[in-house]
Amino acid sequence: MLYGTLLVVSLYYLLPLYVMVVTSLKGMPEIRLGNIFSPPVEVTLEPWVKAWAEACTGINCDGLSRGFWNSVQILIPSVILSIAVASVNGYALANWKFRGSELFFTILIIGAFIPYQTMLYPLVIILREIGLMGKLGGLVLVHTVFGMPILTLLFRNYFAAIPEELFKAARIDGAGFWGIYFRIMLPMSLPIFVVAIILQVTGIWNDFLFGVIYTKPDTYPMTVQLNNIVNSVQGIKEYNVNMAATLLTGLVPLIIYFVSGKLFVRGIAAGAVKG
Amino acid sequence: MESARKPLSVFKNLSAKIASVPMILTALVVFVGGTAWTVLHSFTGSRLLPKLKFVGFDQYERLWSTRRWLVSIENLAIYGVCSLILTLSIGFFLAALLDRKIRGEAVFRTIFLYPFALSFVVTGLAWQWILNPDFGIQNTVRSLGWQSFTFDPLNNPDIVIFGILIAGLWQGTGLIMVIMLAGLRGIDEDIWKATRVDGIPTWKTYIRVIIPMMRPVFITALVLIASGIIKLYDLVVAQTNGGPGIASEVPAKYVINYMFRAQNLGQGFAASTMMLVSVIIILVPWAYLEFGGKKRD
Repeated sequence: MLYGTLLVVSLYYLLPLYVMVVTSLKGMPEIRLGNIFSPPVEVTLEPWVKAWAEACTGINCDGLSRGFWNSVQILIPSVILSIAVASVNGYALANWKFRGSELFFTILIIGAFIPYQTMLYPLVIILREIGLMGKLGGLVLVHTVFGMPILTLLFRNYFAAIPEELFKAARIDGAGFWGIYFRIMLPMSLPIFVVAIILQVTGIWNDFLFGVIYTKPDTYPMTVQLNNIVNSVQGIKEYNVNMAATLLTGLVPLIIYFVSGKLFVRGIAAGAVKG
Repeated sequence: MESARKPLSVFKNLSAKIASVPMILTALVVFVGGTAWTVLHSFTGSRLLPKLKFVGFDQYERLWSTRRWLVSIENLAIYGVCSLILTLSIGFFLAALLDRKIRGEAVFRTIFLYPFALSFVVTGLAWQWILNPDFGIQNTVRSLGWQSFTFDPLNNPDIVIFGILIAGLWQGTGLIMVIMLAGLRGIDEDIWKATRVDGIPTWKTYIRVIIPMMRPVFITALVLIASGIIKLYDLVVAQTNGGPGIASEVPAKYVINYMFRAQNLGQGFAASTMMLVSVIIILVPWAYLEFGGKKRD
């Protein structure tokens, strides 16, 4: 009974993945004839090739690969910058409290609940003023800003749990703000950095809203390009190519999820429970 | 003494202060400043460019007499209530199942949680395909012989929001399950023993003892789900793009459309301010209960 229920529920969760995989391996004639649940009679990888290298968005027909590389270019600096800034924030908040630091932190946490929509346009103006609107650097900045509340909280709590004696001893030895950060805090905090990286990589890779607003068509991240390919109204719908493209976009976070296992759960639990 | 030291206090912790500049700028300029800017400009007649030409509550009057906004609000309300109830109950149910010391727990947990790793765009497109009436579930059931079978939520304006709900639940319930499972694991084994000795049935123990004990976990989950609901945007864009017609529009999409597509900034600002107001209405009682209560302890 228990296992029966679990198996039925598992089916609901696994079904979409299964359907996507089998659809992406079929040819279009087979899709038109058969039903979406039947396994492919003739396995073909052509839809995957097409999705990666030939699918069209507007006039560009170089496939999702463009979006993939855009996403990589957005992802790497965004993850590094957001974690660097947030870890220093957390460190300052935990060990170097100054007047007003708690207030800024409170604002930051409340800010996590403000709908993005109320801050979207002011950010457009800010980015335009500093010349980063529509550029990669602009989107990196946006990810750093909106990743800050949860990451800062994560790091603050972690650093606060490190014994204070350690910090005091380093102070007596004459180490300053950066010295203690780089030589003591950083080496001790690898686990939390891994959690933060998992959180940010999946979050930024999966972002759609910021990508669509703060980039231009030729720098669109993968999610935005995917949506444009699949929901384009022109031409004949190639469902197999669409599903291959969808799977390609989901592949990065899925790999991270399956490889990181428990750490992923820890990351989202930390992000979720406190956020 | 005090006055002599004062000029120096700015330089105390100087490195920490300099290092916190990005945080201070984010908090003050983007979060406080940006929000205030948007609220202020929602009272203007800004169209293509933001202008401080005040028109009072005109934008709000127009907003609440626009059918598209009313549909958006109605959709969000239906989606929100259903998603809240179903995510909580499914999440708890799955966690309770996994907590019965079953074999292969890790496998089931992995299966329930993997959709959460996927983006809303991927989720929306996958379910758009499964719910496609010509190829998906409807077609499959029909080809099995049940010719009149109809299940086309994405093409039916009356039930399209439930089509989105199915996808949303698929993506989000795993997370709540994980949180609930952590909560269940935190419950003392002795409580289970005690109820067993007293001969209380398992289901009754859950309802009468365990759930009340997990109140903080439920509140966390509630806040989490609620803040996710108001953000509902990418899923709709990918799955239906607001269609058929305007039947599956949501507030977040309304804002983006007016701000960045229709070049009617004032409407966008007013709509986003309404979103902010609704968040405040939900969050203030919660914050009061959570933090106001702590002070009394």
